[in-house]
Amino acid sequence: MYKSNKKNLMKLTPIEVIDLSVSLGKDLILDKVSCSIKNNSITAVIGPNGAGKSIFLQTINGLTNIDNGKITFNKIYNNDEIRNKQAMVFQTPTLLRRNVKSNMDFVSNVKNKNGKLIIKNILKRVGLEGYDNKPARLLSGGEKQRLSLARALLIEPSVLLLDEPTANLDPFSLKLIEEIILEESKKGATIILTTHDMAQAKRLASDIIFFNKGKILEQTDANVFFRNPLTKEAKKYINGEILL
Amino acid sequence: MNILLEAFAKSFELVFTLNEDLFEILLLSLKVSGISLLLSCLIGLPLGTFLAIKSFWGKDAFLVLFNTMMGLPPVVVGLIVYLLVSRSGPFGWLGILYTPTAMIIAQMILITPIIVSLTSQIIEEISQEYKSLFASLVVPSHKAIIAYLFDARYSILTVVLAGFGRAISEVGAVIIVGGNIDHLTRVMTTTIALETSKGNLSLALALGIILLSIALTTNFILIRLKIRAKRRMYV
Repeated sequence: MYKSNKKNLMKLTPIEVIDLSVSLGKDLILDKVSCSIKNNSITAVIGPNGAGKSIFLQTINGLTNIDNGKITFNKIYNNDEIRNKQAMVFQTPTLLRRNVKSNMDFVSNVKNKNGKLIIKNILKRVGLEGYDNKPARLLSGGEKQRLSLARALLIEPSVLLLDEPTANLDPFSLKLIEEIILEESKKGATIILTTHDMAQAKRLASDIIFFNKGKILEQTDANVFFRNPLTKEAKKYINGEILL
Repeated sequence: MNILLEAFAKSFELVFTLNEDLFEILLLSLKVSGISLLLSCLIGLPLGTFLAIKSFWGKDAFLVLFNTMMGLPPVVVGLIVYLLVSRSGPFGWLGILYTPTAMIIAQMILITPIIVSLTSQIIEEISQEYKSLFASLVVPSHKAIIAYLFDARYSILTVVLAGFGRAISEVGAVIIVGGNIDHLTRVMTTTIALETSKGNLSLALALGIILLSIALTTNFILIRLKIRAKRRMYV
């Protein structure tokens, strides 16, 4: 179980989360959450603000310390080899103080990915063709998020984690990012995204995980969830009511 | 007023006729300050980076120490270095008192804390900014450090130029450990002090003009770099 082997490493799913608890300071953010994320699924993690969605994603990515419980990737605990096959796009993208091309080159160098052509193609794919020399932090909000996604795509991740990737974006960026998510899914990636956009969750997700107050209240098929949510909290959330 | 005008005229004459003594003093000043800056950077940049990214017991004490040392009085530094390298001092056997080497050491003691403290602040800020991204990308430590230093290059250049400014304009320490010996340890600032006391205002003023020109050029470069970096949001 603890040993890694190459055969297993290529396939990181199913991701099993068992009795996971995470605290930040004195605050318990995730309270004994358990779920299973299927291979090649698009899972939308939804729930009100402060429910623990982003921390859940960050914990899968190995960015937060676990108090209790465990996460396994195809029965293997998280390690650097597994994390190298994951990519995370943050809600507020952190871009290096360099131009667009250098931001891509940095990831390429860290991950030992060769190929100017690959970078060029990915930038074209996210609509940033010809932006090579533009300082990354001068890009618009949508462009920044697309560059952040481009860096993630360069990794060719088996698991793609997206924290509200289209929040506050223009329709063009939103459509483009959604198309890329679907394309990556078709290529075989397992995608987990957080969103407040119910229409987006319906359009993209095969599975839904519903969070409230640090707990998973529902994990189910997306069609089932939107047609017939099991908990009153989920019903209220879908109907746009405040959860107390 | 006439004396001042005469001094100005003569100082320009010295500058534009490439006066040998004047340029000897200028070159020694640049050499001493340049070498002390280079050595301070070799010590200060890695040390500042280390203090910024590593957590260890006593780290705050080190930071307080280096911050305090930024304001060290040059004459006190001069006195300490003098006591250390004078014939009866623990390093007297080196025989470096009244040599450019002693002046370089004194200047290093003055500017290394500036490089360490400011580098530490800059790198701490950028490492916090990149923390989650680098953790997510599993960036190895050495590549992360290179990235911090590269991405903070404009800010670090500001620090380096500030260190150079401190070194080139310093007089108190170098006059004590250098002795202001003609053709050996006479630099711009010590010459200005000496020639003013002798009433030879033209040479003092000529050196003052050069010193100001160096300061102005340094600051001009600094401001241009800052504007360029800000326009690109690189700082």
